Amino acid sequence: MQTNLVIKLEEIHKTYHTGEVDVHAVRGVSLEILPGEFVAIMGSSGSGKSTLMNMIGALDRPTSGHYWLDGIDVSTLDRDALADIRNEKIGFVFQGFNLLARTSALENVEMPLLYNHKRIPSHEQHERATHSLELVGLGQRTDHHPNQLSGGQQQRVAIGRALVNRPSLLLADEPTGNLDSQTSIEIMGVFQKLNEQNITIIMVTHELDVARYTKRMVVLRDGKIITDEAVQNRSFAEKELQQLRQAQQAVKLAP
Amino acid sequence: MRIFASLKIAGRALRRNKMRSLLTMLGIIIGVGAVIGSVSLTSGATKQVEDQVSSLGESVITVFSGNFTSGAMRGGWGSAPTLTVEDAKAIAGLENVVAVSPEVRDREQVLAEGLNWNTQVMGESPDYPQIRNWTIARGEMFSDQDVRSLAKSAVIGQTVVDQLFPNENPVGQTIRIRNLPFLIVGVLAPKGFNLFGQDQDDTVVVPYTSHMHRITTRTFVNDILVQAANDKVIDSVQDDITDLLLARHRSKEQDFTVRNQLELMQAVTATSRAMSFLLAGVAAVSLVVGGIGIMNIMLVSVTERTREIGIRMAVGARAADILVQFLIEAVTLSAIGGSIGILGGMTFSWLVAYIKNMPTVTPFGWIAIAFISSAIIGVISGFYPAWKASKLDPIDALRYE
Repeated sequence: MQTNLVIKLEEIHKTYHTGEVDVHAVRGVSLEILPGEFVAIMGSSGSGKSTLMNMIGALDRPTSGHYWLDGIDVSTLDRDALADIRNEKIGFVFQGFNLLARTSALENVEMPLLYNHKRIPSHEQHERATHSLELVGLGQRTDHHPNQLSGGQQQRVAIGRALVNRPSLLLADEPTGNLDSQTSIEIMGVFQKLNEQNITIIMVTHELDVARYTKRMVVLRDGKIITDEAVQNRSFAEKELQQLRQAQQAVKLAP
Repeated sequence: MRIFASLKIAGRALRRNKMRSLLTMLGIIIGVGAVIGSVSLTSGATKQVEDQVSSLGESVITVFSGNFTSGAMRGGWGSAPTLTVEDAKAIAGLENVVAVSPEVRDREQVLAEGLNWNTQVMGESPDYPQIRNWTIARGEMFSDQDVRSLAKSAVIGQTVVDQLFPNENPVGQTIRIRNLPFLIVGVLAPKGFNLFGQDQDDTVVVPYTSHMHRITTRTFVNDILVQAANDKVIDSVQDDITDLLLARHRSKEQDFTVRNQLELMQAVTATSRAMSFLLAGVAAVSLVVGGIGIMNIMLVSVTERTREIGIRMAVGARAADILVQFLIEAVTLSAIGGSIGILGGMTFSWLVAYIKNMPTVTPFGWIAIAFISSAIIGVISGFYPAWKASKLDPIDALRYE
């Protein structure tokens, strides 16, 4: 197999045995993702996109098929090995931010480092977490607790946490689902900027507007890929924000 | 395992819920505190009794003469004339016997310069202060020469000094017993009350020969005090004395009784040991109750923090990391609870000791036991909740509302 692929899925199936009926959530998905790609996985609810996401995120194992992440066959690993993969290779961003309450932004970002199998000295943990927060534009708010931050800022902290272990893959599950439209654009801007620095990003979404910020769109229906194509008319967050600001200035909403 | 990281996480979690952490610990705090407090006080009391027992002298064997029986009336130990000065001299020749004093006792009216006092007059040998572990505060003990010459010399206790010579040095003065002048050669250091509440300082000690021939006219002694070389040989010396006296008295029945200090000590410590067992029982019950409290709160905490567990697992925490995190939380709770309990119990016993003027002893053994067992309780009661947390499925945990 080619080692320069970040992700290679081969005939992935996932079947849930709930009671007497077997639910085939994913039925034969094959997918290859190269370093530096920015992929949106789309589909309506029940299309199997969340199940696929869980397997790509090494939270779950496929019933059959193979999944290579960075050349490692993840589909055969045990619980502990999966935990290590999640820690080192994958950064998660969730719809509901999933930050620890009453814990500062910096400590939230440091958390994955605590579980790194290499012992990282605490001053280095600090440096790396601070650097991560600077990457997402929150260098000044390191000691704020989640309840002192806006939704957009919380999601930035979550992205900082996802990046802190320098993963090969950033995985975002409806990252703008809980945000207003302007903040959504800002967050997509953060992703685009990270992608420009050659970070591979996979994002699950059901909003077409949001998917337009990516480079490649994969659409799922009934557990199968039905389209997989490059994004036409790609949106750029910077441009969109500028237009939005002009529109707001026109009605005196913004200075 | 990343123990240090887990410690940090546990510390944060407990600090976040200060009030709850405190209430959770309360069971352990009260249990350990009560045990440490009461152990301090009872072992203080026991220590006091032990001190009194050992103030009777170390490795001391007492030989009492038999009971005097007249018709249906039985006189009790020391009432029958069976022990003689010769018996005492024979005992002195036994192996491992370091000091012997034949003892005769009598109550007499003692006079000195217009004052008088009724007190216990004892006839003893010069070994008496050594056997009773008693020092001479002023002057000196009478000598063997005094015993041989039936000297009219006396050593008096502090109470007699206070009663008869309130404002002067009694050494060199004279007291009169049955109209005989006795020269005071020494004063015994104050010893206080004995186990039975008697004032040990209320006494006049004279050579036993003087007592038997000048004050009273006796041929027998009440008892014989014997000091063995050490506590290890005390039993064999006791047996030797029994054999020797049986042979000397040529009697079929044993007409004397031999007792030693260790037996008395054992009787006293048996009580305190029973008390200790009782306390250990109370401690065990309270620790179990405290442990159930901790388990309860840890279960609540695991349910409450299901989402947090999911997040931690998503970013790479292994099942073992989660297990250790919650275990450490439980152990931290119980160990801190135990420490607070130990401090509280010690403070309580010091306060009581201070207010009530009672002795207290810091029971280091019990403190170690209390601390270790509260930590163990933490492990036991924390294990099930922690195991439950570590077995959560990360996907389910993340979705938990």
